[in-house]
Amino acid sequence: MNNQEAKIMLGHGSGGKLMHSLIEDIFIKHFSNSILKEQTDSAILQVGSSEIAFTTDSFVIDPLFFPGGNIGKLAVCGTVNDLAVSGAEPLYLSVSFIIEEGFPISELEVIVESLAAEAKKARVLIVTGDTKVVNKGKCDKLFINTAGIGRIAKKDSQVSKALDIKPGDVIIVNGTVGDHGIAVMNARESFNFKTNVESDCASLNHMIREVLDQSAVKFMRDPTRGGVATVLNELVGKTKLGIEIEESSLPINPGVKAMCELLGFDPLHIANEGKVLIVAGEKEGFEILEILKKNELGSKSTIIGRVVSDHPGKVVLKNETGGRRIIDSLSGDQLPRIC
Amino acid sequence: MKYVDEYRKKDLIISVSEKLKAVSKKEIVLMEVCGGHTMAIQRFGLHSLLPKTIRLISGPGCPVCVSSQHFIDMAMAYSKIHGVIITTYGDLIRVPGSTTSLEKERANGSDVRIVYSVLESLEIAKNNPEKKVVFLGIGFETTAPLTAAAILQAKKENIGNFFVLSAHKVMPPVMKALVAEGVKIDGFIAPGHVTAITGTAIYNELAEVCGLGVVVSGFEPVDMMQAILMLTEQIESGTPKVEIQYQRVVHTDGNKIAQQMLNDVFELRDDRWRGLGVIHKSGLGIREELSSFDAEKQFKVEVPESTEPKGCICGQILRGLKTPVDCGLFGKKCTPADPVGACMVSGEGTCATYYKYRV
Repeated sequence: MNNQEAKIMLGHGSGGKLMHSLIEDIFIKHFSNSILKEQTDSAILQVGSSEIAFTTDSFVIDPLFFPGGNIGKLAVCGTVNDLAVSGAEPLYLSVSFIIEEGFPISELEVIVESLAAEAKKARVLIVTGDTKVVNKGKCDKLFINTAGIGRIAKKDSQVSKALDIKPGDVIIVNGTVGDHGIAVMNARESFNFKTNVESDCASLNHMIREVLDQSAVKFMRDPTRGGVATVLNELVGKTKLGIEIEESSLPINPGVKAMCELLGFDPLHIANEGKVLIVAGEKEGFEILEILKKNELGSKSTIIGRVVSDHPGKVVLKNETGGRRIIDSLSGDQLPRIC
Repeated sequence: MKYVDEYRKKDLIISVSEKLKAVSKKEIVLMEVCGGHTMAIQRFGLHSLLPKTIRLISGPGCPVCVSSQHFIDMAMAYSKIHGVIITTYGDLIRVPGSTTSLEKERANGSDVRIVYSVLESLEIAKNNPEKKVVFLGIGFETTAPLTAAAILQAKKENIGNFFVLSAHKVMPPVMKALVAEGVKIDGFIAPGHVTAITGTAIYNELAEVCGLGVVVSGFEPVDMMQAILMLTEQIESGTPKVEIQYQRVVHTDGNKIAQQMLNDVFELRDDRWRGLGVIHKSGLGIREELSSFDAEKQFKVEVPESTEPKGCICGQILRGLKTPVDCGLFGKKCTPADPVGACMVSGEGTCATYYKYRV
């Protein structure tokens, strides 16, 4: 990144290694402070005697409408989930629109309706916003930014920091992986595959609240861009432990599996918008599984792997045939503009 | 998932593995020519299921990896021409040329678009009549018929702004070249999808003249284990021949319609391979009568003579002489995020596969 001529490539926004180097080399370098340095999904802020979580996210998804949702619903779920996995109770959102000249107002209204409906479902209030219109061709139809704040209880404020991870801890996911990325890709590209894959886009805050109130979670993160693989790699990077995933236990929708086989993608690299990865001690893990399974958004929850002391810093997948392979984070750009 | 799960059954794989261990006596080297095979071997950890007597080496069958630097530099030169849209299969955009890559040129303002089928390029050409669309044709007998079909379609529909820069290659000459060069190979695991098009006759010379076993294999772990067993049995019994393991897809005669299309559009020419140099009659150039679709004939670009990156041993890896771990750059200066050689870029490249999957 020292090169004067280096330019931003699409891969810099894909949630993988390129983006991490951009964040480290440019953003952290200039913004560095103790709160930002944590690099968690939300910033945890001390305000008087209480703590709040604060986060922001921009949505540039193409197409705006996809099976299972649209950019409006996504703009709420994304920010609500970022707050929820930080252990916070999401309360207030801001919404900003950047709209291309010529965009149909009727479509905008459909999107805003979904946004409002999802906010109601998640029980958050949209309390401020901004609107900008740019000349035709200066942005692609519609971009949305949301920011959110939530209240965070003392006992939950460590949950995004992965502080007490030990070998033997279990890794749980609340359902099938890769649905969002594949649904969007199939809607966008001209494959014409007939699948029933829908985006998993959903606000997880109520379900996560039940888990946090009833059991002990050591770490939580929503595997959005870069997928499950990226979150697990960040975790092994932080903890200096290893992770072993059982391929046979990975919940994958047959349509997602088929598209990944055809296109050469790994479902573990594909984005999710209604999934949470939870790490907990073994005993608590089974409790959490039961809590999740009672919820509609967690009925297919399962333990996909464990933290191990072997191969520190690496995520290894054990396949059904006994072979083992490394699961690395995504190196560049796989599926641009999925959120 | 049908046609996948049944070929990944653990007990079946183990039983073939046991049989292989019983049959294999001689120390042998088998080359999997196709990048798809290299990927399957690493992805499913098949090495650990083979007897010590059998060594697998990777061959020059990853389309991105064998495309010469000269070709990449040409593509880059086209991308800089005003009004040109480059269309390409995804992996190619990250391959480093002499000075830059298509990905970086895209960031610099070139119009480079990823397509999943060459036919999408035709659509782009139709939708942008004021632009010139250049499709980067890479790959072997598997992808070349698609390019041929697109050119024939463009001719039929009179699409005058669609062009192909062809780096398409054919498989048999490079396989023979490796043998002639003295690379120690006892048998070939031959590419399933190439052979689905060409039929098996292209390998007869390797079996009959060179005395090497050739088994055309599918891409699932059971396929590959069975193909390795078939080759081992041939070698142990001293009866090298051409056999098809991948019978659910490949037939002796291949796909006659695709062969006809290839023949209508392309002719064999000497071609450059990355790390291997020029191989006689190993590439597919567009026939003179279709030269109006041939980017090389329609736009002249000046590309300086290219040199392979320093320290990169892609050439030796593509010949099966070395493995990625023998390379000083592997995993250090050369990673999928910042590749030096083409073998680190493609998902099918030997280096990328090693980096990605090897525990």
